[in-house]
Amino acid sequence: MWSRFLERFLNNKLGVAAAIFLLILFLASWLAPWVVPYDPLAINVKAVLLPPSFSHPLGTDTLGRDVLSRLIYGARISLLVGFVAVGIATFIGTFLGALAGYYGHFVDTIIMRLVDIMLCFPSFFLILAVVTFLEPNIWNIMVVIGLTSWMGVARLVRAEFLSLKEREFVLAARALGASDFHIIFHHFLPNAIAPILVSATLGIPGAILTEAALSFLGIGVQPPTPSWGNMLTLGKDNLEIAWWLSLFPGMAILLTVLAYNLLGEAIRDALDPRLD
Amino acid sequence: MIPLLLGITLISFAVIHLTPGSPTDIYTQFNPKVSPEFRQRLIKLYSLDKPLYIQYWMWLKKLAHLDFGRSFAPDARPVWDKIKERLPITVGINVLAMFFIFIIAIPLGVMAAVRHNRFFDKITTIFVFIGYATPGFWLALLLMMLFGIKLGWLPLSGLKSLNYESMSILEKFGDIAKHLILPVFVSAFGGLAGLSRFVRSSMLEVIRQDYVLTARAKGLPERVVIYKHALKNALLPVVTILGLSVPGLIGGSVIFESIFAIPGMGQLFYLSVMSRDYPTIMGCLVIGAVLTLLGNLLADISYALVDPRIRVG
Repeated sequence: MWSRFLERFLNNKLGVAAAIFLLILFLASWLAPWVVPYDPLAINVKAVLLPPSFSHPLGTDTLGRDVLSRLIYGARISLLVGFVAVGIATFIGTFLGALAGYYGHFVDTIIMRLVDIMLCFPSFFLILAVVTFLEPNIWNIMVVIGLTSWMGVARLVRAEFLSLKEREFVLAARALGASDFHIIFHHFLPNAIAPILVSATLGIPGAILTEAALSFLGIGVQPPTPSWGNMLTLGKDNLEIAWWLSLFPGMAILLTVLAYNLLGEAIRDALDPRLD
Repeated sequence: MIPLLLGITLISFAVIHLTPGSPTDIYTQFNPKVSPEFRQRLIKLYSLDKPLYIQYWMWLKKLAHLDFGRSFAPDARPVWDKIKERLPITVGINVLAMFFIFIIAIPLGVMAAVRHNRFFDKITTIFVFIGYATPGFWLALLLMMLFGIKLGWLPLSGLKSLNYESMSILEKFGDIAKHLILPVFVSAFGGLAGLSRFVRSSMLEVIRQDYVLTARAKGLPERVVIYKHALKNALLPVVTILGLSVPGLIGGSVIFESIFAIPGMGQLFYLSVMSRDYPTIMGCLVIGAVLTLLGNLLADISYALVDPRIRVG
């Protein structure tokens, strides 16, 4: 199955391009200390608000810090948030969806009610409030985003489990005396892994955008640590004099989110050629 | 709907009150003149010393009379008054945004589906992917830079100009419209991409159906086939999106209202979070949830309007 998946995936040029872009971004941010031309926190009063030039390809900010260097360091935050927040959401969603789908009845009713409630939540309001109260920092943000975005996965896993429940191989496993635990982990989850993977990849952009919005509002990653969101705050404050402070961090967010979306679609198409 | 609303209030109440810290911190930490006794008095005044479930019960009882309590802010105005003057602004902007999303996204999606895999379809697909990925607040900054600063066509912030009071009715209308262009456009932009994509895939599904083939075989003009026979059915799932998109729009209003300095609910929420004004925070969350539920209700009703099967059944 995996070699066929890989073959189909490699045929999707956009998907491959997105994967390469993300790989480069990961490497660059991981190796940031060796890659960046300047120290992202170094204040240089002689180079304040310089427009893009040869020595500072993306210009400098109000404290004379190099925008490109800050952008590369900022990638760490966005990439981390994407992974951890979606990891948490996927874990909760899979767990609750599995419970609801496998046990049905009473358990199902309660969990699906919870899903309905969470879907009606103006969740950005709640995230904003909780993060502010808990002190804005990157870990709180990731946990709170994760806790408010698991509903899609839960629905998905539940639906998958409901359809698997009646299949012969499950009945056979049960007739042979397999435990619930065994059936869930050895028969159900492996079958549900593909849609979970796709939904996780497509969930990452949302988490990245939410973190950027929070940092932009000043309740996310706190300066001087660079994040794409809080770099845009600086851009907003200097909108009239320094366009490069607004343009580049936003562009970075756009490209990263776009790459994740394309990657997610490519994975889905490669896993399930029936779709579109 | 009522149980849903109760669930939402219960979760919000618990989450807001259980996070560490207290509203009285603001009076005490940053203000050395406040004595511990004053702090105690504040706690008593706001019933913060009672167990959480009693506080929730008291709050719920008042809510039944549409009483959201008084704000913790120094002005101590009733929360409902504060919300009342800001709600029309936020709802107005979001309704306008939703209106534009629908009148632009539906034709766009239909045209893309009809020209499946041709040039127009590919162009809209690219637009959709970029639209999905664009952070709204960044788009807002770029547009402000272009139309507000470079070209000077549109105002940068607020809802009214300084000389608003001295304008004639027509000028007033024009003034507000001018201030609204950017906020409405930016809040519509994200939804536009999503909905047009959705309409496209829904339409593609319907076009393959037998009754569309029948309509064509009858010799009906293509325009009638697409816009009458196919679109009506393709719109069914689209209607549900209406309800589901409300929380996103409301959440977005926090960001846009802060960028454009619009005195709406989002801004009120942001300010009350910053000052730990529990009653106002709860009030905004409840109103947000009610708006979402209303959106869902509206979607259900329009569902029945578009689909006769539901009306009968």
